[in-house]
Amino acid sequence: MRLFSKIFQVGLATEPLPPGGADVVRLLHEVDARVRRLFGRAVAVRQVDAGSCNGCELEITGLTSPVYDSERFGIHFVASPRHADMLLVTGPVTRNMAVPLLKTYEATPAPKLVVAVGDCARTCGVFQGSYAVAGSVDQIIPVDVFVDGCPPEPTDILRGILAAIGRR
Amino acid sequence: MAPAPLLLAVMLAGYAAGALAALAARGALGRGLVAGCALVGALAGLLLGAVCLGAGLAPTFTASFLPLTGLALRLDGLSAFFLILIGVVGAAVAVYGFGYTEAYEGRYSLRWLGALLNVLLLSLSVQVMADNALTFLMAWEAMSLSAYLLVLTEHDQPGTVRAANWYIAITHAGFAALVAMFLLLSAGELTTSFAAMRAASLAPQVRDAAFVLALFGFGAKAGVVPLHVWLPMAHPVAPSHVSALMSGVVIKMGVYGLLRVTIDLLGGGPAWWGGLVLGLGTVSALLGVLYALMEHDLKRLLAYHSVENIGIIFIGIGAGLMFQSYGLTTLATLGIVGGLYHTINHACFKGLLFLGAGSVLHATGTRNMEEMGGLIKRMPRTAFFFLVGACAISALPPLNGFASEWLVFQTLLGGSAIPQPEVAVIMPIAVAMLALTSGLAAACFVKAFGITFLAIPRSPEAEHAHEAPRSMQVGMVSLVLLCVGLGLAPFAVVPLLGSSLAGLGGLAPTAVAFTLALPLHVPGTFGQMSAPLLALGLALLLALVPLVLRVLGADRRLRVADTWGCGRIGQTARMEYTATAFAEPLRRVFAELYRPSRDLSIDFHPASKYFVQSIEYRSEIHPWFERVLYDPLLHGLRGAATRVRRLQGGSVHLYLVYMTLALLVLLTVARWRT
Amino acid sequence: MIGYVLEVAQAALALVLAPGLVGLVRWMKARLQNRRGAPAWQPYRELGKLFRKEVVVSSNASWLFRAAPFVVFASTVAVTFLVPILAVPLPFDGVGDLLVVVYLLLLGTFFLSLAGLDPGSPFGGMGASREMTVAALAEPTVALAIFALALSAGSTNLGQIVARTMTAPGAALSPGHLLAFAALFIVTLAETGRLPIDNPATHLELTMIHEAMILEYSGRYLALIEWAAAVKLLIFFSLLGNLFVPWGVSMALTPGTLVVAVASLLAKFVVLAGAVAVLETRIAKLRLFRVPELLSASFVLALLAVTSSFLLR
Repeated sequence: MRLFSKIFQVGLATEPLPPGGADVVRLLHEVDARVRRLFGRAVAVRQVDAGSCNGCELEITGLTSPVYDSERFGIHFVASPRHADMLLVTGPVTRNMAVPLLKTYEATPAPKLVVAVGDCARTCGVFQGSYAVAGSVDQIIPVDVFVDGCPPEPTDILRGILAAIGRR
Repeated sequence: MAPAPLLLAVMLAGYAAGALAALAARGALGRGLVAGCALVGALAGLLLGAVCLGAGLAPTFTASFLPLTGLALRLDGLSAFFLILIGVVGAAVAVYGFGYTEAYEGRYSLRWLGALLNVLLLSLSVQVMADNALTFLMAWEAMSLSAYLLVLTEHDQPGTVRAANWYIAITHAGFAALVAMFLLLSAGELTTSFAAMRAASLAPQVRDAAFVLALFGFGAKAGVVPLHVWLPMAHPVAPSHVSALMSGVVIKMGVYGLLRVTIDLLGGGPAWWGGLVLGLGTVSALLGVLYALMEHDLKRLLAYHSVENIGIIFIGIGAGLMFQSYGLTTLATLGIVGGLYHTINHACFKGLLFLGAGSVLHATGTRNMEEMGGLIKRMPRTAFFFLVGACAISALPPLNGFASEWLVFQTLLGGSAIPQPEVAVIMPIAVAMLALTSGLAAACFVKAFGITFLAIPRSPEAEHAHEAPRSMQVGMVSLVLLCVGLGLAPFAVVPLLGSSLAGLGGLAPTAVAFTLALPLHVPGTFGQMSAPLLALGLALLLALVPLVLRVLGADRRLRVADTWGCGRIGQTARMEYTATAFAEPLRRVFAELYRPSRDLSIDFHPASKYFVQSIEYRSEIHPWFERVLYDPLLHGLRGAATRVRRLQGGSVHLYLVYMTLALLVLLTVARWRT
Repeated sequence: MIGYVLEVAQAALALVLAPGLVGLVRWMKARLQNRRGAPAWQPYRELGKLFRKEVVVSSNASWLFRAAPFVVFASTVAVTFLVPILAVPLPFDGVGDLLVVVYLLLLGTFFLSLAGLDPGSPFGGMGASREMTVAALAEPTVALAIFALALSAGSTNLGQIVARTMTAPGAALSPGHLLAFAALFIVTLAETGRLPIDNPATHLELTMIHEAMILEYSGRYLALIEWAAAVKLLIFFSLLGNLFVPWGVSMALTPGTLVVAVASLLAKFVVLAGAVAVLETRIAKLRLFRVPELLSASFVLALLAVTSSFLLR
């Protein structure tokens, strides 16, 4: 019972609009029409950690928290690429993860999108040139949108996801 | 009834000719003659039963031929029903056997296999028509012995001889009980006709004793727990078409005998008779399916399911006997009809499943499910037939297993009509156990079908499996059609079964009236279902859904890719779920019952215990009642035998003393009795 | 004639409402987590999207994998014709009783489990094994709950049970009824894959039951399975709502009573969805090997229900 009184005391934790929200809202309205055609405002995301330091993962987890609550945009995370419309790839692609990443891409039914999250995904970051790294994400699979930052904020990731949907 | 004697003659001649032909001819001709003659005999038997039941009269036909031998045959509704059962499975098995036994050519004695198969069918057919104890017992023994020899066909395989010994020992213990039972019923005269036994008025204690002996004797044949131990040993080692016959028909003779004696000859009894049968049935059903779940030998799994299904049949019959003792005739009829319905259904789907397992064995050379997999692509037809059988045995609508289980459920729900609440409360418990049994059976057949036929092959043998020859497929198709037909037509089958019970022990067949919608009006309960409409609805929906999807413009692209395994490279059969793994949750849930023994040994690398060289895991289950019940029994027997041996001194004088003493005792007894 | 129209309308209503019901539970849960959450109609968008996507099938899979979604969907939809959702008695009431309903749902589970094994993925096998275990262990409770209902109504046919409770309202408050309701509620959670038996929102393969079986499905096949799962939830809610608290169900088949029936149905769904959402917020998932304990508790409840019905006859 204490749990429920707590729930009612806290009320709605989701921020009405994310920081820098006007931007996102405009983007949201802008892509809404196109999104409806492609995904009907329901985007299933499969996250792939291709060798990240897990900094980006922490921020991605933040997306599903009550504060950012990506679910209200119809974005939710799924367990299998078969269910997914979008791959959210983090980290430089290590040698061990290159084939799995490719297989994940193959396992995803069309139409599909790829969002590469974090600086490492674009440039391999501090891991650049390491013998263990196969390259950036776009060297392995086609990438639709890069989200910069080390790590990027949840808002940035959200913006990236929405942008990717808008590009199709 | 002009055709009846003719059909009887054709049936007997067919089987006899088959037996003789098998001994005379060799090769494909021999196999063809065996199959052909057995088929003629089985079809004649089937027609004979159908003519008798169709005419709706009982008794229809009496033949007291060979009067000097004391043999007597008589055909009534119950016999006709069992003749149909024998004919149906016998015909399928005969055709299947033609292809199946080809692989035996040159390895085992085909002559004896063919001859004994026909003898078995003959003795089964004679037995259900027997009209006196002598005929019955002779046919019973012929059936037991021919089945015993058939089990021994692959005598050089490990375990075969042991299984056959168990079978013959338990069967003969049962036979002894049956002889004693018939002696009680017929006041010591084995040629007394069944009609005289019906008329005899016996003391209640004698009737009780006869019932217990009958239950023991027929229960041993039917494979009721705890007399079932021979069944999972003997059925798997027999040739598969013989397994189908044994599981489908031979064990049903226990059901036939129990009905014939308790309902017909004894005319029913006190409530505890029914309660005992019901209790044994419940325990058999549950233990049968629980042990089947742990079994990874495909044919042993099916054999344990025979124990389960015999349990379900006994539940129906036991409930019927209980209702009869309370004078609830309609419900009693319903219960026994439910039991009989399940009897023929089980004969069809278990026959089908054993034939399917035989095809798999034929194609892969193994009975171990852990070495199979992917067979649905290599033997698609067998896979489909097996799937139908699996759905039927799991009681999934609209197949036949569901129809009969539904009937048994409805009977048990009628248990509230029993006036004593403390007795009536047995019924909901039986309902719950029956439901658990059917749920577990479904789980077991997901395992059996899924591990055997789906995914990727686990061994080179499974990889190179081939489809079964045409004759084997024909044998299976006939049973598939019956599974579907019996499931769709309960409205026709149930009244027929009701009429087959006409005149037995005061049952009231006419009270169960069924129309197309199968309404079931019984005092205390009312349930209704319509199998054909249900099947029609399902078929319509199955056809409509893809059509609607197409009309509405759902995406129709389809791409083939690797199985998703979290991106791992290359999939091998070792990554698949195994039968053991599939059954693991249930093994943990019922660990108290299974008491599995585990043995885990890990070989570490000498350098560090973080590197493992090999892991060996062994887990076994020994049914505890075999240990608790049979080990002391065998031990005691051996001890007694050692002691008795002392009597055998080897001296002629000693034996003369024995004889004199025996003679004196007998004379005294005879004198005292008169 | 009106009966047949109603029958079809009822099935259509079930199909249309089902995704919304799932969405409602999710929305309520989101609110209880202090989140804004997706609107209740989000599942419709997801289904629509899935129907417009490509299907990817494993190279190991056979025809069974492709047939299973249709079997699951058809058997579940067939049940909506038998369950009293809006009105009794309907013409198809005699086609199948409560036992038929239970076994039709088992038919879907059976094929879905086989489809889980078909691609040869370890996850699918795991899901199939667990799903069948839970289904088998829930079966006795269902059977006993049916027994308890049939005992007071004198029938296993659903229309009959509803009609009987309407005419004798006191029966709805009898201990047998209440205990059977509690037992069936636990079974509902187990059969529809809700907490504490299965977590519908999990991403961890090792904790999955239902999700693990359908990991291989995509596109329209996935849509059919998800939709069927939603319809199954609706069926169980209708059983709980209309068998135990039948008021509102139309017996006269007039437009007025039908409006009342729809309204009361929606009210019952909201109450049940709220109960599930609160429960799922409050409790954690049980360890798989603790699930049998919960199910045996529900079994004991059902057994008590039957016994009390016997004794209070």
